[in-house]
Amino acid sequence: MAALAAAGKKVKTFVIDGKDVSGTEDQTIIEVCRENNIEIPTLCYLDGLTEIGACRLCLVEVRGSNKLLPACVTKVQDNMEVVTSSDKLKNYRVKILELLFSERNHICSVCVSNGICELQNLAQRLGMTHVHYPYLFPKLEVDASHERFVLDNNRCILCTRCVRVCDEIEGAHTWDIMGRGIESMVITDLNKPWGESESCTSCGKCVAVCPTGALVEKYKNAVDKSFSYKKDKLKFLPYLTTMREVKNEQS
Amino acid sequence: MSRTITIDPITRIEGHSRITIHLDDEGKVSEARFHVTQFRGFEKFCEGRPFYEMPSLMARTCGICPVSHLVAGAKACDDILAVRVPKTAEKLRRIMNLSQIIQSHALSFFYLSSPDIVLGLDSPIEDRNLAGLVKSNPDLARNGILLRKFGQKIIELLGGKRIHPSWVIAGGVSSPLTEEQRKAILDTIPEAMKAITWTLDTVKPILENFREEMRTFGNFPSLFMGLVNENNELEHYNGKLRIVDSVGNIIADKLDPQKYYEYIEERVEPWTYMKFPYYKPLGPVEGSYRVGPLARMNIIDRCGTPLADQEWAEFRDLERGAVLSSFHYHFARLIEILYGIEKIKMLLEDEDILSTHCRAFAEPNNFEGVGVSEAPRGTLMHHYRINEQGLITWSNMIIATGHNNMAMNKGILQAAKHFIKHDKLNEGMTNRVEAVIRCYDPCLSCSTHAVGKMPMKIQLINSEGGVLDELTKN
Repeated sequence: MAALAAAGKKVKTFVIDGKDVSGTEDQTIIEVCRENNIEIPTLCYLDGLTEIGACRLCLVEVRGSNKLLPACVTKVQDNMEVVTSSDKLKNYRVKILELLFSERNHICSVCVSNGICELQNLAQRLGMTHVHYPYLFPKLEVDASHERFVLDNNRCILCTRCVRVCDEIEGAHTWDIMGRGIESMVITDLNKPWGESESCTSCGKCVAVCPTGALVEKYKNAVDKSFSYKKDKLKFLPYLTTMREVKNEQS
Repeated sequence: MSRTITIDPITRIEGHSRITIHLDDEGKVSEARFHVTQFRGFEKFCEGRPFYEMPSLMARTCGICPVSHLVAGAKACDDILAVRVPKTAEKLRRIMNLSQIIQSHALSFFYLSSPDIVLGLDSPIEDRNLAGLVKSNPDLARNGILLRKFGQKIIELLGGKRIHPSWVIAGGVSSPLTEEQRKAILDTIPEAMKAITWTLDTVKPILENFREEMRTFGNFPSLFMGLVNENNELEHYNGKLRIVDSVGNIIADKLDPQKYYEYIEERVEPWTYMKFPYYKPLGPVEGSYRVGPLARMNIIDRCGTPLADQEWAEFRDLERGAVLSSFHYHFARLIEILYGIEKIKMLLEDEDILSTHCRAFAEPNNFEGVGVSEAPRGTLMHHYRINEQGLITWSNMIIATGHNNMAMNKGILQAAKHFIKHDKLNEGMTNRVEAVIRCYDPCLSCSTHAVGKMPMKIQLINSEGGVLDELTKN
């Protein structure tokens, strides 16, 4: 941050959860939170990809604002007072998770990402005990046409990390979203089977960033020692950040 | 006027069922039916799933023997991959499968059946349970708990958890055995050995008191089916299928389990969700067979481990030819626990058991795969078909309890004929009818791939279909 401040960016000082913090004017609340080890749950946000504020899990309370604001797309301001965890926020976050679980077929016990799934981890961390909404149990196809990877729409939460990483980092833009609302699906190449996609470079970045078991390596499951993409996600993330910094410098 | 007696629900078994006993015009028992009233649809909902998910998906059929389904499912996947599983992986899978058999047999015998045997079938219902057993014979209860723990602990050590481990996967196992794990298992063997030899010595004389039950508990001629190894010894993992008749003659040997559908057919009845498999060449009636510990003891030439062989020799002396009374399932179970402990020790002492080469990798090379192994309750068959993408298009499972379906119906009829003297239900009679079912240790949730509780209901029904009498137990 110091380097950025030196580059002519204005520094803002404000309060998060009663703690005095500071950040540059182009930083978002979540970036400052991460710098200060303040935990905010996220699913669509991923350091290094464009923020879209879609999952709404990072909603925070800001004094003076009558609505909750997504920390991933809200820029910091002088003297703002942010609350990142309260009963109200926890309640909303759990409800969002419950809705995500009810929308598709998330059966953790038999999922290949069991134990290494961000959705599952968040549900445990935020203390989600039940899903209070009726499950929709949609009948969705699995696309296993790709040589190395599998798309299982049953486990997709439409975070669009795959769409963004493919477009912004790999530059292939194989992934996109089709349809509206809960009918939305991630698709490859104008809804061709993944295996027939001409743009896909089979780089596997989408698999690495997928928070759930929607995009996985073929023939692998969570107990596999060789389950590299998902388990090595933490090693992969600095690469995204670096790529973004390179891009920023270029622009 | 003919009538029917219904027992609904049946207690101390795995699953939900009902028994109806039909009386003829003279009030004599004419027919008995074992209705399995639950349905789950595993074969259907796995359609469209990637094939390599099948072992852990199908293992969810049952919380008692998930390992058996894991093993059969993984073997079916091996067949789809067309790989040869590394020797070490095969041995490790065997260890886990045997541990599963030990813990399930311990559950069946000590927790579910021994209250009937130790306390007597006419003892008050309040005491005829595990708590009553702890009071009257604490050593037996303690050994039962110890043996179950022994099996469960090995499963946990190998697979990371006791129930639904996912360590057994297509092509082998996901991680090798470490020296510490090996030592940890070997350390528990002497204690388990002591528990089972003590139990055998204690229980054998008690079983002698059940002469009437031995004669009437599913004591009827039938075929017996199970796997045997290349030396015709007890086998739970690989091997070929053998079928013997009631006299003990081998009527079919070295049947390729991968082609089970050529000689086994499943019949459907409208009054139960459980199918009736039979040996095709002999037809649905003559071709009905029993599987499980009793059948395995009847088909083999020897067990293959020293102590179990001694017990087996005693077992074979019970009757000429094949041992027909289903009551002897209990004894057979105890012999298998002994065998399992001996065999696990032998496998662990094998020199290449610690090899790290325990998985074969491949892409699907077959569109179809069959996996057959022996589960605690008998022969378990998983059969999958996949499309070009490796997604399941069709699956079939024949579960041990399903094989025994015909035998259970016959057994109930026999017990009902013997014990029902009036058109009224009484506790002692229903206990015996239930105990017949319990001999087979049926896992109804598995066999119908169904979900349910464990209560029992018996109904007495007349020829017009009216319920005359009804007993419900929870």
